[in-house]
Amino acid sequence: MRALAEYLAASWQLSPLGRELLSAGLILLTAIVVFAVALLIAALLTWLERRVAGRVQSRVGPNRVGPLGLLQWLADGLKMILKEDVVPAAADRPLFLLAPYPVMIGVFAAFATVPFSQLLIAADLDVGVLYLIAVTSLVVVGILMAGWGSNNKWSLLGGIRSAAQIVAYEVPAALALLSVVVMAGTLSLQSIVAAQGGWPWEWYLLRTPFGFVAFFIYFTAAVAEGNRTPFDLPEAESELVAGYNTEYSGIRFGGFFLGEFANIYLMSAIASALFFGGWQIPGVTPAEQVGSVWWQALGFLVFVAKAGVGCLVVILLRWTFPRLRVDQLTALCYRYLAPGAFLCLVGNALWIVLVPAGSLFERMVGYGMTAVAAALGLWFVLRMRRHMVSTGDRLDLDLFARGHTRAAFDPAWQARAYGRFRRRRPGEAS
Amino acid sequence: MSDVLVERGPEGTVAVGAIDRMLNLCREHSLWYLLFGTACCAIELMQTGGPRTDADRFGMVFRSTPRQADVMILAGTISYKMASRIRRLYDQMADYKYVISMGSCANTGGLFKDSYAVVQGGDLIVPVDVYLPGCPPRPESLLEGLMLIQQKIEREPWLSRVRGKIPPPKDPWPEGSRCP
Repeated sequence: MRALAEYLAASWQLSPLGRELLSAGLILLTAIVVFAVALLIAALLTWLERRVAGRVQSRVGPNRVGPLGLLQWLADGLKMILKEDVVPAAADRPLFLLAPYPVMIGVFAAFATVPFSQLLIAADLDVGVLYLIAVTSLVVVGILMAGWGSNNKWSLLGGIRSAAQIVAYEVPAALALLSVVVMAGTLSLQSIVAAQGGWPWEWYLLRTPFGFVAFFIYFTAAVAEGNRTPFDLPEAESELVAGYNTEYSGIRFGGFFLGEFANIYLMSAIASALFFGGWQIPGVTPAEQVGSVWWQALGFLVFVAKAGVGCLVVILLRWTFPRLRVDQLTALCYRYLAPGAFLCLVGNALWIVLVPAGSLFERMVGYGMTAVAAALGLWFVLRMRRHMVSTGDRLDLDLFARGHTRAAFDPAWQARAYGRFRRRRPGEAS
Repeated sequence: MSDVLVERGPEGTVAVGAIDRMLNLCREHSLWYLLFGTACCAIELMQTGGPRTDADRFGMVFRSTPRQADVMILAGTISYKMASRIRRLYDQMADYKYVISMGSCANTGGLFKDSYAVVQGGDLIVPVDVYLPGCPPRPESLLEGLMLIQQKIEREPWLSRVRGKIPPPKDPWPEGSRCP
């Protein structure tokens, strides 16, 4: 971006004031593009969430608006704009009206430093990770504003719970990210990605045992920061109606909603960049990648795929786990995650001092960790298979199922899928 | 103007234009219903979101706060004690809003006709758009009720209503009057 600004300024022979204006305009343009991309990602994630929820609950999910319901977000968004924007009479009006903006700014501003590919990044800041941690903390301000401004007991409880939760979980999340920063020796996200490699044993996830633990700590803490189930205490429907957005209707609620979904992608993208090697392609060095458009496109796809898998896991977590209690939530953070993340940080720091970079030992640890991770993955698959065989279920990953719900209307399919537990008719042979 | 739909009704002759129809298409495919039940019909209301009649296919999901809901489903017998709560929830819902009266009790009092404790029909409290017979109506029936609301939305002149050219539907307890 800076190169482009300098090139344009040189070719148009601009005055110093013109240069300033040009760079300001380019920054504005970038901001708009980043905002639009983040908005689109969030909108598509709402579709994904509802489709996955459908599959988990053996339903179909939205399928009427657009092909496979892909435009459902458009209908929802326009509807929310058309809805009345209620401001309760007792609400603190300015706080209530402004509350969605910090939430959205906090999440969408963080998208500026997401390295979608080697060249595709809005701003490769030297203090990228620090900026991410700082900007995403703005979310809690908006949530507190919503909770307080609504002048509603559920909103207030939800807002305070959320503030306690986000502030608490920022500690392990930041420490876990720092343990990667220590390894890379830089805060810039692009440099952190470049310091890794394409192969799994070159990722910070599998290079040291501490990185492996740090990833899980970061992921848990990020899910909690995003107020997602199993940590969705601020929105607990059975206790708090809808938490801090109880009083919000129309597009102001939509702001919170989009912020939450953009946050899912953001945390997956950060995890992908810091722990999973980001846009690195196996067998291709960054120097080779920079020259070729095709390598760039492939790198982009690799990054999006890694982040997409992360999003899928977060969404599946929501539809499989029950909610935690407040004391369990805080205990998990302060007793286990925060000390664990600190140990990871110290461990990685010692690793750098004690283990020479590129030594045989370091490489062997990388290979060993990869083997262990692969074995764990295989064990998971085999275990799932055993469960499915023993219950007579079948693997049903068809996210793109069309039309009617087969499980509900097709007796033959039912017999195949649920044969073991099907209720027998009187007189029917078992 | 082939895509203008002319509707004759109690509100007079009304033209539904192309923009209206696009907006209506969005509104009708994102009907969020209030998670609220007063009696046994609520069990069937829960079933409607389940696998057999998957309401989410049409973009209908439940919201637990009235501010974000578009449709209120009066699911079940309404006791006099509950009546003021229902009215309050209805008033808390953001415009536009629709009401489905589900089951005989909510329609007319049903089984509890002439009871000292039961409101003889939900339309005494809130303006009802769709009445569903049955005790209780099956989930398919409720889904059809929701689709009738969709049809109603499709024929609504949204822009004219927003500009105040058409009066809102008749409310048994308009703003300012005392709640039952």
